[in-house]
Amino acid sequence: MAARHQASGVQAGRLSADAIAENFSDLHPAFDAHEAAVAADRCYFCYDAPCMTACPTDIDIPMFIREIQAGHPEAAARTILEQNILGGMCARVCPTETLCEEVCVREVAEGKPVEIGRLQRYATDTLMAAGVHPFTRADATGKKVAVVGAGPAGLSCAHRLAMHGHDVVVYDRRNKPGGLNEFGIAAYKSVDSFAEREVDWLLQIGGIEIVTGRTLGEDLSLDSLCSEFDAVFLSIGLAGVNALRAEGADKQGVRDAVDFIAELRQAEDLSALEVGRNVVVIGGGMTAVDAAVQSKLLGAENVTIAYRRDRDAMGASRFEQDLAASKGVKLMFNVQPVAVHGNGAATEIELEYTSNQTGTLTGTGETVRLVADQVFKAIGQTLEGAPEALALDGRKIAVTGAGRTSVDGVWAGGDCAAGGDDLTVTAVAEGRDAAMDIHDSLMG
Amino acid sequence: MADLTTEFLGIKSPNPFWLASAPPTDKEYNVRRAFEAGWGGVVWKTLGSEGPPVVNVNGPRYGAIWGADRRLLGLNNIELITDRPLEVNLEEITRVKKDYPDRAIIVSLMVPCEEQAWKDILPKVAATGADGIELNFGCPHGMAERGMGSAVGQVPEYIEMVTRWCKENYDKPVIVKLTPNITDVRYPARAAKAGGADAVSLINTINSIVSVDLDNMAPQPTIGGKGTHGGYCGPAVKPIALNMVAEIARDPETHGLPISAIGGITTWRDAAEFMAMGAGNVQVCTAAMTYGFRIVQEMISGLSQWMDEKGYSSTSDFIGTAVPNVTDWQYLDLNYITKAKIDQDLCISCGRCFAACEDTSHQAIAMSEDRVFTVKDEECVACNLCVNVCPVEGCITMEEMAAGTVDPRTGETVSDDYANWTTHPNNPGACAAE
Ligand SMILES: Cc1cc2nc3c(=O)[nH]c(=O)nc-3n(C[C@H](O)[C@H](O)[C@H](O)COP(=O)(O)OP(=O)(O)OC[C@H]3O[C@@H](n4cnc5c(N)ncnc54)[C@H](O)[C@@H]3O)c2cc1C
Ligand SMILES: Cc1cc2nc3c(=O)[nH]c(=O)nc-3n(C[C@H](O)[C@H](O)[C@H](O)COP(=O)(O)O)c2cc1C
Ligand code: SF4
Repeated sequence: MAARHQASGVQAGRLSADAIAENFSDLHPAFDAHEAAVAADRCYFCYDAPCMTACPTDIDIPMFIREIQAGHPEAAARTILEQNILGGMCARVCPTETLCEEVCVREVAEGKPVEIGRLQRYATDTLMAAGVHPFTRADATGKKVAVVGAGPAGLSCAHRLAMHGHDVVVYDRRNKPGGLNEFGIAAYKSVDSFAEREVDWLLQIGGIEIVTGRTLGEDLSLDSLCSEFDAVFLSIGLAGVNALRAEGADKQGVRDAVDFIAELRQAEDLSALEVGRNVVVIGGGMTAVDAAVQSKLLGAENVTIAYRRDRDAMGASRFEQDLAASKGVKLMFNVQPVAVHGNGAATEIELEYTSNQTGTLTGTGETVRLVADQVFKAIGQTLEGAPEALALDGRKIAVTGAGRTSVDGVWAGGDCAAGGDDLTVTAVAEGRDAAMDIHDSLMG
Repeated sequence: MADLTTEFLGIKSPNPFWLASAPPTDKEYNVRRAFEAGWGGVVWKTLGSEGPPVVNVNGPRYGAIWGADRRLLGLNNIELITDRPLEVNLEEITRVKKDYPDRAIIVSLMVPCEEQAWKDILPKVAATGADGIELNFGCPHGMAERGMGSAVGQVPEYIEMVTRWCKENYDKPVIVKLTPNITDVRYPARAAKAGGADAVSLINTINSIVSVDLDNMAPQPTIGGKGTHGGYCGPAVKPIALNMVAEIARDPETHGLPISAIGGITTWRDAAEFMAMGAGNVQVCTAAMTYGFRIVQEMISGLSQWMDEKGYSSTSDFIGTAVPNVTDWQYLDLNYITKAKIDQDLCISCGRCFAACEDTSHQAIAMSEDRVFTVKDEECVACNLCVNVCPVEGCITMEEMAAGTVDPRTGETVSDDYANWTTHPNNPGACAAE
């Protein structure tokens, strides 16, 4: 076993299947009923609660927790899902430490917030386990809406539209709906095919057709969608990745973190997945942390995150940073890659220290070399495949109000649209709000 | 270390903590273990007349209410008096008393309301060497339907009569255990005194139905689809017991009558409160049934630590000291004016005080955009609700207004003269101040 663990290069099966299964188990195990009752009892039912304001989907948190206290988790779930149809996924992936739980009065007072995320999961899991879909469709309106991109933004929009009686077709270039819920989120946050089960559950509302394998800009055009449908919602996320500008970046073993994660998420057998012995991840966001942690969990011996700025500037929250550290990932700050060395395949990465004294990031000239047989690029995703007709705001689709683009009848939301954080919950909120705006403009 | 030795009716025990008459004291095995654990005394589980003993239900006897983490807050029972033969109990009492001469053993009794029944049992009890008897006039279920327990305890004349029989036929102290299932506890207490009781003990359990099974539409505990009211005890009943103890302690007719306090006593602090309210000692049932006998160690160490801190060397130093401060509403000082004050350093901005005062009280708390909560003195009537709903202890306090300052709510100058309702101009029956 030790030999496999220490095998150099990019290899599969560094750990036993059992060890891997153990490593990839639920990050925050689900509450049982008693744990939920105790956790719910800590909520003070604050007046005009700060947690509610901090939730991008405005879930009535004190109310749903009170419903758990009163023994009705299904009612709690309904309270959650009315605002956030992907409340189950959000309960697993939201960085609650920077959202609702950060402003919980008990976090502020005691450093120990009410565990809102886990309570939300308890409620939504209970309802989903009962196979209940608590919403029904309004009378058919005869209107048809196209949604492009079946990630959280698209699914949230589609559900809300279907609920209001519109017929929705959701197109996605992948072979499966779910977007990054299915292909991006860390495996230990969404175990037991939760993403897939949640989509199936969501579709129970009816009136939503999912069409996979269709790509906007290739076999799908905005013009044709606009003429075929009464409205179009674009939620194509960020399908491109930033390029790494470093010598040797094309060597074998250098890879986009999102591809590695997508492969990992779809792997039937994680012990068959290859990972390096010495892994270096370039970047500082959630993707970097997820790639690093999951490499470690697959059995990589040394994993380092190399981030070009300091800790405070890191996109990943302190909780995520600590999670990485607790799994044995080393965090390096103020270093940027200058070259990947190796004869064909990567063996080392050369990093240069940076300084931010002048306000712009500059290399100090001092460099360090790390052993690296695998290098993951996690330096940001970019918009790809957005129709040319749409005005951009920076590198994203420009929107006003509830996701209106520069083209009449076309809305956009989620990661592909300007404004808002690149979070699952933000995507859900934007999809929902755009749906309401579409509904108003179709019916108004 | 303060001395916890207590003398109650001349009966000495190493501490004032006795186990109340109930399952913990139903047999030799339990009582020996209780004494080993440190209990100062026991009131043996109630004995009935000779002959076939009563029978208990064979389904569940208890129901309860709990806090979120299953902390037991209130217990309800439909158990009867001992269901073991009289002779067995008497033999056990004799043996245990012999082995534990320094502990108090009181025998609880409940026999039919006929003098002969008492004349029959009392010599047998006397023969055990027990330190006294407690008359169970309290059980609200089962026995009452047979004309015993609270059926006697609810009729002061019966209490007086039975107590007198006992005093005439038994030499040692007679304690009368009162039921709370009456409207004014002073009447049965006075009757006990009139009958010659050496002390009263209270409270027995309170008539209750703890919950309804909403699937089977039956009260709980449910026995074969039916339920009945039981007796409520445990932490939830403490305030009721405390008031009843205070009522007897300050009633001129019963003032000075020794009291053994019972009802929800769970920690040393509860015990200290009851004793300050006039009880010579305390009895515990539910707390022991919930946590086992070992809790008495916390009670012993807690009470003696507190006594040391206060400079009391013996329990008699503080027994009854709170009684003079219990008065009737009409004598409360209406010139004592306070205002709620929120300590901004302690405030966690939950807004519960705001919701409570704004929705249900006097609209006396202001909330700013950035969630700072402040009291509007011109509206605050000092009801204390905000203090009670605030999750942070000590964050909201009631500050007394000094004499000479103006109460912004009434525009009147605060006076340090004592003035109560009896002389208030709004009182139609006011007598002129002298
Ligand atoms: C590795 C990783 C980990 C993350 N972890 C978290 C986390 O823990 N918590 C959190 O809140 N957020 C996390 N995020 C961010 C979060 O996943 C996104 O903000 C969210 O998924 C955005 O939703 P979306 O619907 O806008 O886009 P996506 O989820 O990206 O969905 C876009 C969909 O559009 C499809 N598509 C793209 N282009 C086209 C096209 N041209 N034609 C047709 N279909 C197209 C894609 O196949 C995809 O299904 C993470 C992101 C990554 C990459
Ligand atoms: C299961 C049970 C049985 C009881 N049986 C008796 C009894 O036989 N005789 C009696 O005087 N009181 C009986 N009681 C009442 C207790 O002695 C005591 O007065 C009451 O429970 C209040 O005290 P607590 O709150 O400490 O439990 C019983 C209480 C319980 C819970
Ligand atoms: S004491 Fe009563 S009236 Fe005064 S602020 Fe508090 S809740 Fe309001």
